[in-house]
Amino acid sequence: MRKRRHSPPPDSPPEAALQGDSWQVVRIRAGDVADVIRLDHRVTGLAKPDYWRDMFERYGRRRLGERMFLVAKTVGPGTLPDVLGFIVGEVRAWEFGSAPCGWVLALSVEPQARLRGIGKALLGALAAEFKKAGVNKMRTMVARDNQLHLLFFRSEEMMAGPYIELEKELD
Amino acid sequence: MKLHVSSRLAIFALLELAARPEQQLSVAEIGEKYGVSSHHLAKVMHVLGRAGLVRSARGAGGGYQFSGNARRMTLLDVILLFETLESQNHDPAVGELSEEGHALREVMSEIDDIIRATLGSITIATLHKLVRRQRERRPRRTAAAS
Repeated sequence: MRKRRHSPPPDSPPEAALQGDSWQVVRIRAGDVADVIRLDHRVTGLAKPDYWRDMFERYGRRRLGERMFLVAKTVGPGTLPDVLGFIVGEVRAWEFGSAPCGWVLALSVEPQARLRGIGKALLGALAAEFKKAGVNKMRTMVARDNQLHLLFFRSEEMMAGPYIELEKELD
Repeated sequence: MKLHVSSRLAIFALLELAARPEQQLSVAEIGEKYGVSSHHLAKVMHVLGRAGLVRSARGAGGGYQFSGNARRMTLLDVILLFETLESQNHDPAVGELSEEGHALREVMSEIDDIIRATLGSITIATLHKLVRRQRERRPRRTAAAS
């Protein structure tokens, strides 16, 4: 069942697919940014308010046809926070010779609300937005020791892609 | 990297059993599908039983039943019951202590790390999805070839 709680901005694609009895996936609004900052702080242990405000400006307000910042929000009263999870994505093209492709740049789910399909719904909603934007592949990058994210993306049938990430310490 | 035959059989057996968690399957039934002897598979099942991943039932209708969590059990968990991955092998290799040996070790460790991360991120449930995907692709491939 699709629910709509607000009208999307005029330059935005329709709201993402919505799932769950007590939460729904929608595009981020300015009032959600503080919750995103708090959730990220709880999950990573690092507070990055400037980063997330900047991400909101870039991914939540501009070029919304190719940039997506979605949040899973609680519906109705409850003890859980308003924002139960978020995902950020962008359609990028021709970096490193890559054809247009949807990049999953960030994903987080409230620890108390895990195993309810929120991450799956966020990824599914982002995939739908990528398809609307005209791409048929999505990609992400996960730290090798981040087993939680690796297990999740693998369970969504994501496989190793054709690129290898390389890096070097700068003297 | 090539998996030991016991690791492969263990993964195949767990896939079969996890697909039918309410049912018991005999060693012969599983072995027949993969063309392996019951003798070899029985040894593998014994190890899986000791690890608590399957339980056995004796008697005429006896066999093995899945007793793990398919969404938590990774390929790495299963493989490590049967073999040691290269990164865990501490036997000194030829030239290991030289600078060249250290440099080569660094490169090989990169490969080992990727292998461990890959095997540690695929659960039995995820592998099941990949099997299903193969199944869906196969008719298309067969149709395209004919």
